[in-house]
Parts: sequence; C-alpha cells; structure tokens
Amino acid sequence: MSVFVDETTRVVIQGVSPSSQGLYHGLRNRAYGTQVVAGTNPKRGGEVIEGIPIFATVAEAVEATGATASFISVPPRGAPDAIVEAAEAGIEFIVCITEGIPAHDEARVYNRLVRDFPRTRLLGPNCPGIISAGKCNIGITSGDIALPGGPVGLVSRSGTVFYQAMYELTQKGVGQTTGVGIGGDPVPGTSFIDVLAAFEADPETRAIMLIGEIGGSAEEEAADFIRAELSKPVVAYIAGVTAPPGRKMGHAGAIVSGSQGTATAKMAALAAAGVIVAQNPTEAGERMVEVVKGL
Amino acid sequence: MDLYEYQGKQYFARFGIPTSPGGVADTVDEAVARADEVGYPVVVKAQVKVGGRGKAGGIKLAADAEEVRRHASAILGMDIKGHTVQRLWIEHASDIEREYYVSFTLDRRAKKYLCMVSAQGGVDIEEVAATDPDAIARLHVDPLDGLSAASAAEVVARAGLDDAAREQAATLVQRLYNCYVEGDCDLAEINPLILTTDGRVHALDAKVTLDDNAAFRHPEWEEFAGTETTDERERLAKEKGLQYVGLDGFVGIIANGAGLAMSTCDVVQQVGGQPANFLDIGGGANADQMANALEVINADPKVRSIFVNIFGGITRGEEVANGIVQALARVDISAPIVVRLDGTNAEEGRAILAAQVGDRVVSVPTMIDAARKATELAGGTVR
Repeated sequence: MSVFVDETTRVVIQGVSPSSQGLYHGLRNRAYGTQVVAGTNPKRGGEVIEGIPIFATVAEAVEATGATASFISVPPRGAPDAIVEAAEAGIEFIVCITEGIPAHDEARVYNRLVRDFPRTRLLGPNCPGIISAGKCNIGITSGDIALPGGPVGLVSRSGTVFYQAMYELTQKGVGQTTGVGIGGDPVPGTSFIDVLAAFEADPETRAIMLIGEIGGSAEEEAADFIRAELSKPVVAYIAGVTAPPGRKMGHAGAIVSGSQGTATAKMAALAAAGVIVAQNPTEAGERMVEVVKGL
Repeated sequence: MDLYEYQGKQYFARFGIPTSPGGVADTVDEAVARADEVGYPVVVKAQVKVGGRGKAGGIKLAADAEEVRRHASAILGMDIKGHTVQRLWIEHASDIEREYYVSFTLDRRAKKYLCMVSAQGGVDIEEVAATDPDAIARLHVDPLDGLSAASAAEVVARAGLDDAAREQAATLVQRLYNCYVEGDCDLAEINPLILTTDGRVHALDAKVTLDDNAAFRHPEWEEFAGTETTDERERLAKEKGLQYVGLDGFVGIIANGAGLAMSTCDVVQQVGGQPANFLDIGGGANADQMANALEVINADPKVRSIFVNIFGGITRGEEVANGIVQALARVDISAPIVVRLDGTNAEEGRAILAAQVGDRVVSVPTMIDAARKATELAGGTVR
C-alpha cells in the first residue's frame, strides 16, 4: 500500500499553459505513470495541451474527469485562491509546490481548509510533492530516484534533502512505499505528525525515515508523537547539524520555541523518543539498511 | 527582513501606534540637531539589529546638547555583538511610570496568531517567560476571525496592566494586530510599551520583522531595503539574488535548496573539511544563477575548492551544467570544482560537463565522496 496517493489517484494540474512549470512537471508525472486527467486555465477551457484536456475551472475538471487530486505550481499571488478553488471543487488531496507565499496567506488558507473543507488535505506549499513509488508521482521529484516495493515511508521538511534521502535508500536497494515532502514553510498544510500517523496505519510501511531541518519546532512535535503513538522504527536526520546559530525572531520567537529550533535540540528530542538519529543523509541510509534487515 | 528600531517606529506610525517624537542621526552634529528639535532631555539610541543594546552601552540619556555630543560620539562606531553602529535614533525622553510588553507572532504549533501581553515589560521578558510564565497573558487569534475589541480588552486585563493604561493599551493592541496582519509582519513586538507619569501609553521600542514573501504587495518597503550591513561576500551574493551566509572555512559550497545546502555543510565538516559558506541557488535556478554563484564563491580568497552539490527537482541538471560552463568561460575560477549532480535531467547535465572534466572540474557520483574529494583538493585532511 501507500499513503495519500496511489495508482487510482486522478490528477488535475491547475494553471496550465504550454510554457508553465505545472505542465512541464505534470508531463513528467504522467510519464511516471500518474493519471494526469485534466488541466485548468480560465483562458484555455476546451483546449487540449499535450493530450491533457483543459478546463476553465477545477469544478468543471472534476465534473468531467473525476479528478481527486490537484497539482498547483502557480505564482505566490494566485496560489492561495487556487488552493481554495480546488477545495471548493471537492478535491481531496492538493499538492502545492509554490515557493514564496506570504505567511499570513498560508495561515488564512490553512485555517480556511480546517474550518470549511475538513476532508481536503493540502500538501505544502513550498514542497517537492509526493511520490508513491511505482504508482503515482505528483510534484517535482524526479521519479527515477524512487524504488517501489517498500518497506520505508519517507517524510521530509526539506525539499532537496528529501531527494537525497530517497536516493540513498534506492542506491542501497531499500524500497519505499511513499515519500512525502511536507515543505518548510511556517504553516504547512500537512505536518510530520499527519504523515507519521498515515505511515503507522499503512501495513506495507514498516519503517520510517524522517528528514528535518533547523528552525521551528516541527521535529520536536514529531518526537512527542513518535514516543506516544508510533510502533514502527524511525531513522532521522536533521539538516544543519553544523550550522552556526541562526538569527532569533525577537523575544516572541524565543518565548514560543524556547530552546527548540537547533539541530542539537531536535536530535536530542528524537533520540529520546527512541529514534535512530544519523549525522548525514548517507549515514541515515546506512542505518535504515540495518533497520530493514532486522524487520 | 528585520527593521531597525527607527524604521519599526515609522512603520508603527502608519497604523496609528503612538511613539515618542524623534529623528535619525548619522553624525554627532545631526544628533544634536535632532535633540534640539525634539526637546531635552533626550535618549540617544544605537540603531543595530540586535538585542541587548542598553546593556552594551548603546542607549544613553542626555540632558543637554553637550551630553548628546558626548554620547553620540561614543556610540557611533561602537561594536555591539558584531554590529557596528552607523546610525542613531534621538528621541524625547519619556517619564516612565510602568513598563509592559506586547507582541504578535505566528504560533507554528497552533497554526494561529499569538498575542502576548505582560505587565512585566523591559529588557528581561525572556527571563519572565522562563521563571514566571503566568505573568505573560497569551491569546490565540484565528486569522479568519481577526481580533475583536473585546478580546483585545480581555487580554490586556488578564495581563494585569494598570487600570490607567488598560483602555489605551487595548486600542494599541488592536492597532498592533492591524500592523502585524495588514503590514505583513512575521513579528511585531513592543518592549517596553510604557505608561507615562502623565497617563499616556506608547511604544518605547519597536521590533518588526517583515515577511519577505509579501514584498510584492508592499512597494513602500523599498525604503527599508539596502540599509542592512553585511560582509562584502554577502553583499555581492545578495545583489545576485543568492541565499548566502559567509562562514570561516575553505571549501566553497553551492547547493540547491536550503536543506541540501545545510546538509552539504554538515557532510563537508564531518569528512574533515570546513565550509567557507552556505549558498543556496534556490529552486528552479537557471544557468545564469549557477554562473553567478560560482562568481560569488570565486571572489572569496579563502576558498581553495568548490563543491557544487545539486539534486535536481525543479532545478534541471542541464541548466546547472550550462551555468558551470558559462562561468568557466566568463571568469577565471582559480579553485578546482567538484560537481555532484543527480535528479531531474542529471544525465543531460553530466553529458554537458563531460567536456569540461579535467583538472578544473571533477565529477563525483555521491554526495559523501564528493565532499571528501573537495576537502582533499582544498588540502584538508580527509577522515
């Protein structure tokens, strides 16, 4: 099995034009085997681009094609509205890779989804997307770095370290069920905890790799969850082990996060929750090889 | 983007948040002129983007022009935690009855806005948070609902602000909320917020961090740009739109994505090298950005090898490779370049680079081996 998306997922790409990022990566996703069933563009409804039927709105695309997921890569100004449009059209899983959305817009959209569209899950913004190895790839991950067959579920806050960690596993012959890039923005639609819970519930995911980075408190929250709720082994790596202490967001930031935020604090919290903590992505891959052998 | 205190106060003023009358001075003479304008006694305040100015001697009270002259000449050029004071804020001194604290920021865990108010303001608010957390009244605000007048009044009352201050403080909290939201701040903080002996409430300090992602809808922010002082390498990188942090080592680092850039620094350090910098060329970087990044690294005399670590996602391998080729043609890059390229269109990229591989460019297939190679070429001891 896989989490969130699989071979039955039907994807609509929002904001398609012949030169758009969405189309470029959407076609790569389709080449991977993902069911890319529709695109949207208010000015191009009725056109067919690269074999993809284009609709003026997501609602029309859903009605005509039964799309269940959407892929958003439109610029920051338009992305919040695009997310809400997808939710209103009944899309269950939205992947938004857009980088640079203002934090207040993210906070509004997140709370809007929670309040009005509780059945819709947003992945991102500012994330690489999701790949259920061999089944479905939505986003900008290069599909050839994933190895189907499990047993590892991968979740990452960093985009490029997500690729690195997945590739380390693949090169070592360790397959993945699903890789989920949650993104590092202040208000991610999907958190570490959401993904960990999904992996815990997925019988084919038997071990989990978690990739964090310095700043915020998402890894500490994940550690609390792992200690309380997770039965499966977890290997983690936190990017920024050797980073000089970063700037602090005034007193308010320090009060909110306390000593949390440094790689050392995050690694300690994860280790205390029984997680195997590696010093770099390569070591994380090696440790996972050992874990998988022992399953 | 962090604002200086004086910029923060100017920003506050747009939202009707009261501050003391004051002005900016870059020289001792200007300081005296500003002091004459606002009226004595005045406070001479160092403008640096770092806390602890008072303890470092960067904030002084002056009763007359002579004292302004003395303090201004002492503070201008002063080093406060690595920041050189180049500008002063001169403001009329307030008669302080009480000092409070108020701020708005995002609570990432709750995914709501967090308002904090305390009757125990002043420099040691973090100490208060650690030792007496109940002294800080907290209020979560749902971004969809906003902050009502009643909620603002409630949090001020719960914080135990003096009766004489409550009504004005509640109004000010609402205005600070507007500044935080409409002004697209990551942080809007006043410490201290004061009650004067004649019963007025106003901001004695301003700590404002603007959300850079919102710059597209704030053309007025342009006046705040260019006031940040960074080292020469960082200034050059910023000019070229690159995320760069200067470090002290000898292996120049170029990677795509902040996470991988940090991870690359980690690995270089762990194999015995020392990173000279953190440089993220960003998502979807093209050949030109790659070439710019190499130029920036090349300008750092401490760099003895360059490690280009790219895992393509939205960034495409052939763009990266073309950038390296462009840079080699455009500038004389003295240090050897170790390239590790994977992900989207990596094969195309490696094919383009194949023609360059030789003494100046080395292609290594894995991140950890590339880190070792870069360390070795820089003359470091590989472990």
